[in-house]
Amino acid sequence: MDGVMVVAVISIVMGGLTIAIGSIGPALGQAKAISTALNAIAQQPDEASTITRTLFVGLAMIESMAIYCFVVSMILIFANPFWKYFISKTGG
Amino acid sequence: MNLTSDASVFWQGDFINLNLTIVTTWVVIIAMVGLSWMVTRHLSTTVKTTRWQNALEVVILFIQTQIRELGLPKPERYLSFVVTLFIFNAFCAIGNIIPGYESPTASLSTTTALAVCVFLAVPFFGISERGLGHYLKRYIEPNFLMLPVNVITEFSRTLALAFRLFGNMASDSMIVGIILLVAPLIFPIVLQVFGLLTGLVQAYIFTILALVYIAAAVSGREG
Repeated sequence: MDGVMVVAVISIVMGGLTIAIGSIGPALGQAKAISTALNAIAQQPDEASTITRTLFVGLAMIESMAIYCFVVSMILIFANPFWKYFISKTGG
Repeated sequence: MNLTSDASVFWQGDFINLNLTIVTTWVVIIAMVGLSWMVTRHLSTTVKTTRWQNALEVVILFIQTQIRELGLPKPERYLSFVVTLFIFNAFCAIGNIIPGYESPTASLSTTTALAVCVFLAVPFFGISERGLGHYLKRYIEPNFLMLPVNVITEFSRTLALAFRLFGNMASDSMIVGIILLVAPLIFPIVLQVFGLLTGLVQAYIFTILALVYIAAAVSGREG
């Protein structure tokens, strides 16, 4: 396996693993947040709109972690700097 | 398979090019402005209103209630910016019904532009409401050592806004395309309906997050 093959294999494998493992944590966190919000709405139905709005803001904060993993995965697949460097070395 | 509509270029200039994303954005803008102009031609202040005026009032009152519940004193100042964000995202999401339409928010360029608009609007509203010194004092709010953390938070919030909207919209259209290869009879339609739902939810989340950031800048505390 020369350098180009190693970079290609690792990029592809890590591109998949990043988003696969990186979305487990935020999913669990969001599930806990939604279940707690549902409990709160069941206890106080009058405050449902405030609780829903706070829930959405909190979900967005938790989702940021999954978004960072998504960004790394997209960079690995579409804008891989090491891949471009190796291609330019072998092609040029 | 065209990953984003940025790749279909109609005209290439020196620095700018005219691609499908920009043309679709123009069509959405013309649809929004045309619909609003036609509705507001005969506004009536009595109880008897047309259906379209009622629909627009529902949207505007909904956002106004959200602004007021966040504790912002004068909702009318932020209403035009925030309602435009919401209606633009909603039109881009609903337009997926039309065959052959690719949502402009499924391209990273559009969502980054919207996130940059929010990034510029937050200091604009904060400084025009509270003054420059008060706005800058927010960055050293709990402790002076938190200054780099607060600056990085500002940038990462913008990045997260752009990527959240882009990821949701692009994956909606991409999953329908992939399911068409696997199980083409009924499931693509089910997934397109689901895509409509998530598109509208993402429009609402984008608007609410922009409002929360503006409220944090204006009133000096989160939420």
